Amino acid sequence: MTDLAQSQVPPGHYGGTRRDFLILTAGALAGVGAAAAIWPFIDSLNPARDTLALSTTEVDLAPVQVGQRLTVAWRGKPIFVDHRPPEEIKAAQEVDVSSLRDPQPDAARVKKPEWLIIIGVCTHLGCIPLGNKPGDDRGPFGGWFCPCHGSIYDTSGRIRQGPAPLNLIVPPYEFTSDTAIKIG
Amino acid sequence: MAVPPVSTPSSGFSRLVRWIDYRLPVFSLLEHELVVYPTPKNLNYWWNFGSLAGITLVIMIVTGVVLAMHYTPNADLAFDSVERIMRDVNYGWMLRYIHATGASMFFAIVYIHLFRGLYYGSYKYPRELLWILGVVILVLMIATAFMGYVLPWGQMSYWAATVITNLFSAIPLVGNKIVTLLWGGFTVSNPTLTRFFSLHYLLPFVIVAVVGLHLLALHQHGSNNPLGIDHRGPQDTIPFHPYYTIKDSFGLCVALLVLAFFVFYAPNFLLAADNYIPANPMVTPNHIVPEWYLLPYYAILRSITFDFLGIPSKLLGVLLSLGSLIILFFVPWLDTSRVRSAGFRPVYRWVSWILVIDVIALGYVGSQPPAGFVVTLGQIATFYYYLHFLVLMPLIGKIERPRPLPISIGTAVLEATGRLGTARPAERH
Repeated sequence: MTDLAQSQVPPGHYGGTRRDFLILTAGALAGVGAAAAIWPFIDSLNPARDTLALSTTEVDLAPVQVGQRLTVAWRGKPIFVDHRPPEEIKAAQEVDVSSLRDPQPDAARVKKPEWLIIIGVCTHLGCIPLGNKPGDDRGPFGGWFCPCHGSIYDTSGRIRQGPAPLNLIVPPYEFTSDTAIKIG
Repeated sequence: MAVPPVSTPSSGFSRLVRWIDYRLPVFSLLEHELVVYPTPKNLNYWWNFGSLAGITLVIMIVTGVVLAMHYTPNADLAFDSVERIMRDVNYGWMLRYIHATGASMFFAIVYIHLFRGLYYGSYKYPRELLWILGVVILVLMIATAFMGYVLPWGQMSYWAATVITNLFSAIPLVGNKIVTLLWGGFTVSNPTLTRFFSLHYLLPFVIVAVVGLHLLALHQHGSNNPLGIDHRGPQDTIPFHPYYTIKDSFGLCVALLVLAFFVFYAPNFLLAADNYIPANPMVTPNHIVPEWYLLPYYAILRSITFDFLGIPSKLLGVLLSLGSLIILFFVPWLDTSRVRSAGFRPVYRWVSWILVIDVIALGYVGSQPPAGFVVTLGQIATFYYYLHFLVLMPLIGKIERPRPLPISIGTAVLEATGRLGTARPAERH
C-alpha cells in the first residue's frame, strides 16, 4: 500500500499524496461527526422544555402604597416592584446620564414613572441586593445595595458604585390594567 | 504446570502468589514500587504529605460513597436528607463530619505538599510533568469540593453556587448563555443540583486516575529530596519499606488525630452556620464567604475594582483569580535557577516564605467584608502574588549566587550525623 501510494507521487512533487488527502478529509469528517455526536450531550444540559415553559407572573399593584417595595417571584428570580414616591422619581430623572457606567435614562427603564419593575439580581455575581424590605440598607443613592461585593444602585436600579457592570435588568412586562402587570 | 520456573524478583512469594504474579504482575509491581523502591535517605517530614493526601482521598471516597446512599439530590429533598443523615442514619453524623472536615484536611495537606514542591524545587527537570499533573489534581479538587459544598442545599450552598457560576457571565458575548447552560434553568435550581451531584461523584475517580499518572511520573525519576541533588546510587537511598512506610504511618497517625479532634470536638468549626438554613432563592445572606481553602482566589476576584486596558473589572477579576492557578502550570519554566532546593538559595529562600505570608494575607482579605483597608490590602497582595511568579522567580534565578551543593546525598547525611570522621567541614549546609 505504502509503496503504491508513494509510487503515484511524481519525483520532486511535495504537494502531498492521495493518502494525505484521504487522511485529511476522513479526519475532518470524523471531527465533524464527533462534534455532532457531542452536541446532544451538551444541549441536554440546557433548560428543559418544562423549565422553559415557566408561566408568566401577574401582580396586583392596587395594595402597594406609595414608597412601598414589593418582591415577587418570576422564573425563580425575585422581581422588585417599587412604587416610587415623587422625590425618588425626581432623583432618578435628574441624573446626568452620560456620567453613568451603563448609561440609560430613567424614562427608558419604566412604563409609568411611579412604577419601577426590575429583576432583583445583582448584575455582578447574582446576589439579591438589599433595599426591598423596610429597614434594609438602601445604599447612598436610595436604591439598592448588594451585600456580597458592595454594588450600589440608584432609585432607577442603575449601577452607581461597586463592581457590577450593568444596571438591574428590566424584565419584559405589560400593564394589563391601571393597577395590574403581567411579567413575562 | 504449577509454578513457572522463572526467577521473579520476589523469591519470598508463596506458590499461589507466584502463580498469579506470572500471569498478572501486581505483586511484583507492588514490591517494586512500595517495598524495594529506592528512596533518598534524607527525606524530612515535609515528604509525608504526598502519601497523606493519597490516604485522605481514599477516606473522602469511602465516606462519600456511603453518604451518597442516604442523600437525595433533589432541590426539595436535599436539605432534609442531609438532616436525616445527621439525626437518623446510624453513624450518619460521623460520616458526614468526616467527609466535611476531611475536605478541609485534604486541602491543608495538598497546600503543604504544593509548598514543599515549590520550596525544594521539586518541579524542576526532570519532574515538570509530575508537577503539572499535581496542579491538574488541585484544579480537579477545587471543582469537586465546590460542587460537594452545594449538595446540602443550605443558604451558603445555594449562594456559593450562584456566585461561582455567575463568574462565567464575565465571558464576553456568550457568558450568559454559558451560565444558563451550567444552571439548566434561569437560576441555580434542581437541574443544577442534580448535575453537580453527578459530577461530584465522578470527579474523585478522575482524580484517582490523575494521581495514578502522578505516581507513574514520580517513580520514573524517584522523589526529590531536601538537598535537591540527584541520588547516584545505593549509598544515597534506602528501600521505601520499612523506612518510609513506618515514617508515613507515623505521620498518618498524627493527621488522623487532628481529623478526629475536629470531627468529634469541633465539627462545625470550619462550616458556615448559615448553611444550616435551607436554600432560599429570594434572600442572599449578608456575608457570603467560601470555605477557607478558596479564600485567596476569592480575595483576588474581589480585589479588582477598576477597569484596566478596556477590560471590565468583573472579567479582569475572574481572569486574575483563575490565573493564580494557571500560573502554577508554568512554574517549571518561570524558575530560572538550576539549583532545586531553596536551602541553597539565600535570596529565594526568604522570598518563598514571603509568598506564604502573601497567600495567608489574601486568605484574610477573602474572609472580610470588602471595604476600606481590606480592599487595598487585597490589591497589594494580589499584585505581589503575580510579582512573585512573573518577576521575582525568573529574576532571582539569574542574579542570585547559590551556596555550594554537597557532593552527594550519602556524604551530606554522614556529615550531618558526624560519621564521616575527619572529612567533616567546619560549616555544613
